[in-house]
Amino acid sequence: MDVLLPRTLEEALEMKAAAPAALPIAGGTDVMVELNFDRRRPSALLDISRLPELGMWRKQDGTCFLGAGVTYSRIVNHLTMFPALVQASRTVGSPQIRNRGTVGGNLGTASPAGDALPVLAAYDAEVVLVNAGGRRTLPWHQFMVGPKKTVIGPDELILGAQWKIVRGPGSFSKVGTRNAMVIAVASLCLLLDEENRTVRVALGSVGPTILRAVDAEQFLARALQEAGAWDDARTPVPPAAVEEFAGRVGQAARPIDDVRGSAAYRRHACAVLARRALSWALNDRKLTGTR
Amino acid sequence: MLVRVKVNGESREADVWPGTSLLSMLRDHLGLVGSKNACEQGECGSCSLWLDGELVCACLVLAAQAGGRDVRTVESLAPGDRLHPVQDAFVEAGAVQCGFCTPGLIVAAADLLQRDPTPGDETIREALAGNLCRCTGYQKIIDAVKIAAQRMHP
Repeated sequence: MDVLLPRTLEEALEMKAAAPAALPIAGGTDVMVELNFDRRRPSALLDISRLPELGMWRKQDGTCFLGAGVTYSRIVNHLTMFPALVQASRTVGSPQIRNRGTVGGNLGTASPAGDALPVLAAYDAEVVLVNAGGRRTLPWHQFMVGPKKTVIGPDELILGAQWKIVRGPGSFSKVGTRNAMVIAVASLCLLLDEENRTVRVALGSVGPTILRAVDAEQFLARALQEAGAWDDARTPVPPAAVEEFAGRVGQAARPIDDVRGSAAYRRHACAVLARRALSWALNDRKLTGTR
Repeated sequence: MLVRVKVNGESREADVWPGTSLLSMLRDHLGLVGSKNACEQGECGSCSLWLDGELVCACLVLAAQAGGRDVRTVESLAPGDRLHPVQDAFVEAGAVQCGFCTPGLIVAAADLLQRDPTPGDETIREALAGNLCRCTGYQKIIDAVKIAAQRMHP
């Protein structure tokens, strides 16, 4: 086994082109476990933890670009204008894990339980891939195509993710056995887009990939419209509409039974998370609307 | 492969298998066994140390990734005869039973107190959430962090 230690992105892409089987390693929170337990023996490791291009983020023209190498600790400390992303990042592992783990790792590993992924899905983020020849961007759902399956090419690296910044409340929540060090049994990101009067709901850990609850999204957007809630945040939303929304979110899940929870429990958890996330979002709107 | 790391202020090097973790390099090649090896998957925090000043699990750092970087282990906390205030507080509070998790917890607690000299209960619990102890039930560990905080910032 070799370890390749590039100093720049250009160097890294040349190395990846020459050794396509090289496994990129950044924070190591996934890769090192596989090495330590002898589950994987790649012919080479490509250390991408020192590439400045991956470690940056920027906000420009209503868009945010988040480098693949930005750690969850840095997101929690610096990207406070994205509450849902911060909430998701804060639930990742422990302080030690958050100091090393990166968004690029969640994308590359492509586990349906990756905490940042439902947020990126709700942001309608694009994944930016790069090889020696140039860059391409893919909508998140075209990037991750199954559990631990992505369409990343053997000569490509994940540069980062980018999304249009949406105005409106949002949150990330997850169900697990404790607050720290937990792999989600079910997770949910809800965003209200005040500009376009649309709703976005993304679900993690309850399907082969991250799922968007499109039917529930459209139902809630309509219900808020009919109640007049988009115009006036103090307008109450009928409880029946909230229940219907939660039920439809539960129906969007495609869960399986596994060691962490049963399919029925997961579906139920999605509905509960949806109801809670909606009540938080409506409260946030009231607070900002009456300020 | 040859990896050179600055460990506790001293330049050290070792010839390691390329897939070796920083933890294994420290313990098996450099004789620094303060950082404990338990889960090897970042679950238990027993190998907590500082890499360029950041709290990390040494089992999840590839040794080669630490090349040229600054590593500080639990051994750096009490280089002479006197214990670090966090270590003293652990002894005083009875926060040590079997002692296996103790080095990792001491490092994580010292890291917390550097960033937040007067942490409340919830902050302490969140900061130590990545360190498992199977003996104490944690309450005495939390007591110890509070004692250390008081001593360090009276």
